[in-house]
Amino acid sequence: MASGLRMEETELRLGLPGGGGGGEAEGVKNSGKRGFVEIVDLKLQLQTPVGVQEAAAEAAEKVRRSPNHDSIVSCGSDPEKPSPPKAQVVGWPPVRSFRKNILSVHSDKGRKEEGEKSSSLAALVKVSMDGAPYLRKVDLKTHRSYQELFMALQKMFSSFTTGDYGSQGMSGREFMNERKVKDVLHGSEYVPTYEDKDGDWMLVGDVPWEMFVASCKRLSIMKGSEAIGLAPRAMEKCKNKC
Amino acid sequence: MREERSDMSEDEDGGGGVEQKERWGSSHGGGCCGSAKSRGGVWTDPPPPFSDQVLENVLENVLQFLVCRRDRNAASLVCRSWYRAEAQSRGELFIGNCYAVSPRRATDRFHRVRSVVLKGKPRFADFSLVPLGWGAHFSPWASAMAAAYPWLERICLKRMSIADDDLSLLAFSFPFFKDLTLICCDGFGTPGLAVIAEKCRHLRVLDLIEAYLEEEEEDEVVDWISKFPQTTTSLETLGFDCVDSAVNFEALEALVARSPALRQLRVNHHVTVDQLFRLMVRAPQLTHLGTGSFGPPAALAPQGDVMEHEADLVSAFAASSFAEITADELKPVIHHCHNLQKFWVLDTVRDEGLQAVAATCKDLRELRVFPLNATEDSEGFVSDVGLAAISEGCRRLRSILYFCQQMTNKAVITMSKNCQELVVFRLCIMGRHLPDHHTKEPMDEGFGAIVMNCKKLTRLAVSGLLTDKAFGYIGKYGKSIRTLSVAFAGDSDVGLRYVLEGCPKLQKLEIRDSPFGDPALLSGIHQYYNMRFLWMNSCKLSIRGCKDVAQRLPRLVVEVIRDRPEADEETVEKLYMYRSLAGPRNDAPPFVKIL
Repeated sequence: MASGLRMEETELRLGLPGGGGGGEAEGVKNSGKRGFVEIVDLKLQLQTPVGVQEAAAEAAEKVRRSPNHDSIVSCGSDPEKPSPPKAQVVGWPPVRSFRKNILSVHSDKGRKEEGEKSSSLAALVKVSMDGAPYLRKVDLKTHRSYQELFMALQKMFSSFTTGDYGSQGMSGREFMNERKVKDVLHGSEYVPTYEDKDGDWMLVGDVPWEMFVASCKRLSIMKGSEAIGLAPRAMEKCKNKC
Repeated sequence: MREERSDMSEDEDGGGGVEQKERWGSSHGGGCCGSAKSRGGVWTDPPPPFSDQVLENVLENVLQFLVCRRDRNAASLVCRSWYRAEAQSRGELFIGNCYAVSPRRATDRFHRVRSVVLKGKPRFADFSLVPLGWGAHFSPWASAMAAAYPWLERICLKRMSIADDDLSLLAFSFPFFKDLTLICCDGFGTPGLAVIAEKCRHLRVLDLIEAYLEEEEEDEVVDWISKFPQTTTSLETLGFDCVDSAVNFEALEALVARSPALRQLRVNHHVTVDQLFRLMVRAPQLTHLGTGSFGPPAALAPQGDVMEHEADLVSAFAASSFAEITADELKPVIHHCHNLQKFWVLDTVRDEGLQAVAATCKDLRELRVFPLNATEDSEGFVSDVGLAAISEGCRRLRSILYFCQQMTNKAVITMSKNCQELVVFRLCIMGRHLPDHHTKEPMDEGFGAIVMNCKKLTRLAVSGLLTDKAFGYIGKYGKSIRTLSVAFAGDSDVGLRYVLEGCPKLQKLEIRDSPFGDPALLSGIHQYYNMRFLWMNSCKLSIRGCKDVAQRLPRLVVEVIRDRPEADEETVEKLYMYRSLAGPRNDAPPFVKIL
């Protein structure tokens, strides 16, 4: 059946570079940032263990995707998916922009308004630490600030650290102080970094907490020496972004 | 009982507009109608003798009972006397295409109009297929009506571009103005709303449905809600869910409190659930409540007095088409809705939710299932199972709009047999060219069954993998079809030919991304004067074919829209053609070429 006439080549496409047209040019109220739960969803899909796949499937059901093209493009690069998705076509499916926008506005709003109780989905990210024999996972949603996160990380990796932390003589109170922690960590062996949704490695602590949770894909506590080269680039990127 | 305006689809009522009564180049001859035509095509004979005038007066009194415009059109064709009488007694003016007739011509013919319905851009403009600035400006109509219809009470506009100045003109020109309904319009903002609120002291209806207001900076936004008269108002319907800017809630609450006639209220997403509740308390007489925001589903559940009237449940669910309700959340509520007639919902309720609807809502007339994720690759939460269930349970269904990712011919055939009352069948299988989910065959048989079995069908939208065979069915059986929407379907020119040759009642045909070319276009020459418009984009048309049509049909305006300057001159990306008494319009933007 010759319905395979691919009209796509001659079709008008509107959209941002790197993807197909996601829909309307005017009136698109796109938050611009993908919700964190979607990141995790994509992340989970990349892992092969069966248990994780099931979790991902469940997560996928609860995830409120915003109807923009970003998620489609990313999925396209996911090797797990059987077939590459089609490039988006203008005005298809035929849902009025108003409706599309309302749903995307609300999925964002819902996430913001409901805060912790938004979804039952955890924001689990892998945490790796140089020198540690295995990775850990931390649920970003259970923390409300960088302070809490650092405390959790310290607890998590305390068994792995050599005497470095100890030799610095850090007390619990000192650890609570974010800035001091960063200074200490910068000066010392370990630097907390994270990979954001664009795939770049960033220093933890630069952006507001919510933005961090939304964009963090994984954490890595690097040795200071390795992180030195990272910092300027990360700073620059932050400047361009923020 | 006035019909629901929410979608202004004509398929539930009589079709035909002003333009149908004017002569279309073919003689209609006979009797005292004659063929005498002045330049403008309007009768400008000397006044009739007295006896005829008496007869006409009597006739007017009789004709005023004719409401349906098709009937009126027919009456106006009987003879000159009837033509005049009808013209004098027509109270509602319906213009299906604002470019089909000039405002002056309309106002010259009809002198006593109280209500105007005016439609502008083609429907595919809703899906960004019509570039900004294409046209459909309300201004010339506003001016003409301001001069001609001082007693005008109602205006309903669909897909028109309206300026704040136009709204201002309305507000100052029509002292008895009561109803303003704007559907999918754009170009105006809060200043326009403010003038309407302030000056139209008898306003009953202000209904903004999916309008695109102009973007306004914070300091540009006008507090229009506060502009309503401070006395008791006669407001019955207030809908502003599409207004992006926040409204002054205190003023809104006060307005609701002093509007005892308020029955329908739709607020925008800035109004929180708590605030909504406060409004509900203020206005226990509300029958329709909608919100642009969603909160926990519990908020939609019956609460107190408001929901004791079952009628409330009918329309409270209008809000739910934006709320992501699951089947479990829906079931306990829908269980009580035995009288539900109109239900719009997101597909998050899944087939299971639809089964619950089918089990209870035996009187359902209109169902719309929208996709949460309006993308081709999205999961799709409803399927053929839900459709079949609905068809089993809701035998009186008249109108359905269903978005899904998988469908089977079997389910569609089942619906065609169970739902004999179907007038509107719009099935959107979101993935392009998707075949029957089980058999992998095209969806020809399913849609074929629909046109074959649903004798009352006037509006059809097809999707999925379709061959020319499907169009063969449509041409053969779709004798009542007036509106047809086609996307990514068909194999060859033959498909379009079938439709153009087989569907005598066809009024509106919109096609995208289908392999129909010039020969197919030319096969419809006999039909185009009977239609309101034809839209085709991303098909296989060329300039030559379109010019050919334009030459052969002088009263047809053939617009070629090119919004990509680099595209070659020969191929026609977008074609919009429509019959018109007004000739080529003079407000066409540079990217529109009128052949």
